[in-house]
Amino acid sequence: MNDASSAVLLGVARPAKPSGFSNALVFGWRAALKFRYVPEQMFDLVMTPIMFTLLFTFVFGGALAGSPAQYLQVFIPGILVQTVSFNAVYSGMGLSADLSKGLFDRFRSLPIWPLSPFAGLMVGDVLRHLIAGAIILSIGLALGYRPGAGLFGVVAAFLMLLAMGFGMGWIFIVLGLLIRTPMTVMTAGFAFLFPLVFASNIMVDPATMPDWLRAFVNVNPVTLMTTAVRGLMNGGATSADVLMALIAPALLTAVMAPLTLWLYLRR
Amino acid sequence: MSDQLAIAARGLIKRFGEVSAVDGIDLDVPRGMIFAILGPNGAGKTTLMRMLATLSRPDGGSATVMGHDVISAPASVRAAIAMTGQFASLDEDLTGRDNLVLLARLWGFRGHGAKKRADDLLAAFELTDAATRQVKDYSGGMRRRLDIAASLVVTPGVLFLDEPTTGLDPSARQSVWKMIRGLANAGVTILLTTQYLEEADQLAARIAVIDRGKKIAEGTSRELKAQVGSGFLHVHIADQGRIDDAATVLEQHLGHSVRRSAEGGALAVVAGSSAAAAKAVAALTAQGIEVSDFALGSPSLDEVFFSLTGRERAEEEQKQ
Ligand SMILES: Nc1ncnc2c1ncn2[C@@H]1O[C@H](COP(=O)(O)OP(=O)(O)O)[C@@H](O)[C@H]1O
Ligand SMILES: [Mg+2]
Repeated sequence: MNDASSAVLLGVARPAKPSGFSNALVFGWRAALKFRYVPEQMFDLVMTPIMFTLLFTFVFGGALAGSPAQYLQVFIPGILVQTVSFNAVYSGMGLSADLSKGLFDRFRSLPIWPLSPFAGLMVGDVLRHLIAGAIILSIGLALGYRPGAGLFGVVAAFLMLLAMGFGMGWIFIVLGLLIRTPMTVMTAGFAFLFPLVFASNIMVDPATMPDWLRAFVNVNPVTLMTTAVRGLMNGGATSADVLMALIAPALLTAVMAPLTLWLYLRR
Repeated sequence: MSDQLAIAARGLIKRFGEVSAVDGIDLDVPRGMIFAILGPNGAGKTTLMRMLATLSRPDGGSATVMGHDVISAPASVRAAIAMTGQFASLDEDLTGRDNLVLLARLWGFRGHGAKKRADDLLAAFELTDAATRQVKDYSGGMRRRLDIAASLVVTPGVLFLDEPTTGLDPSARQSVWKMIRGLANAGVTILLTTQYLEEADQLAARIAVIDRGKKIAEGTSRELKAQVGSGFLHVHIADQGRIDDAATVLEQHLGHSVRRSAEGGALAVVAGSSAAAAKAVAALTAQGIEVSDFALGSPSLDEVFFSLTGRERAEEEQKQ
């Protein structure tokens, strides 16, 4: 750079300080760009739910519910909950990678709303949940799944899924802030998710489980969410189902968002 | 008084467990100056810079940057500074242009203005051709330039550059130097850290030498050289086998420790006066040690570092 170009470069006036909301939108734009530049992540995102849906429906469906067709009715809402849970891991891994590369040092030294980088991660999460959810629902419909509550029920169920993804997202963001290697974030996250997701009513009816396990399954937030999503899609959800399902995401946000901010700003 | 200073630090301390990474450093950097912090790996340069850039909270002491307190007014400090860290802080998945547009938007440039700002920066840093490539495909020199460009989206009062040329080849290093000089000419205060004595010598109006978390010397390059003593005697010994003998003789005659070149064969020592130097060379010859070449001159900054710390930079780096 010569003196002339640096004079032009440095002569520019500072723009007015943008709002926190505008900062958050910029990070959302970054999350959306990642889909364009890292198409590999779409493969994971698309293949895993397709495989799970097909395998479970045809391999276990008959044994678990009498026939694959009957199993689809209970399983599609469940696999949606499961997929959203596992998808939440991506932001945590991305965050951990950004932190270990020092990218967040730049963000931290900017005069921006401190939560805005995380809002951007959440935007990425929402996009991932919607893409994966739409794929699963399409396969389900193609295989014969019929949501008894119609379009309204499906939209309401997807909103519940996003609420759950939002709550789960904080767990992985905190893990991402604490752990400097993305793979470890994934391992730690799955160690926590596996019992929650599999000891639930997603795949099987808890009535067949031993009492001690059923006691856990019945209060497991994943079970509560699955019950609500099933009810909303297939018909028959009560407002109590919906409220119970929203307790965990609300608690997680109330506790983890301030913790995230504290971990991020601690210096 | 502190209004005239870009940076004023008093007794800064940062501990990591038992280690005092920064152990009571004072620093006064006038506005508009290129100021270098020179020290070996692990000296505490990055830790010091992170405290000044509000990324790390001091365990003791105080500092202001452009008149704002780093502890009580970090947001005001952040609005007045930019930092290019030791490792590129770029999003590798995005293109160079997207990285700059992202930052321009975060600073408040909107729509077309943000794109124009990004393109102006790319042009000034000779990255226009690579603008639409992903950063992960950039060379080390290009990455460094983009990283510095990213710090200039709005003109900072103080620009922090942590080891801006470490790992670059000589031509990339030259281009970063040219850029740093251009910025300084335009009035930006620059605080840079370096392990290269030559870099500090070439760029900086003032240099603080730090070692093990403490400032051990400060001044212009000329003052530092004077502080060590002028009259550095450089001696080449023909017979490698007699290097140890030669070093002993020189130490006895001149009373200062002798510094050996990495390749062996060359010795350097503070001589004080030309008369003392001549006597020392004569003593070598009298011992039957053949001197192939000798010269009296001012010390290099490497030699300055050696006489300030009594240690080689190289051996310090090997320990790391
Ligand atoms: N986050 C950290 N945790 C523990 N020790 C650290 C940390 N950062 C730096 N150190 C230690 O502090 C000392 C100074 O490090 P640093 O400031 O990075 O030196 P430099 O930048 O001069 O190479 C080193 O001994 C280093 O190991
Ligand atoms: Mg360093």
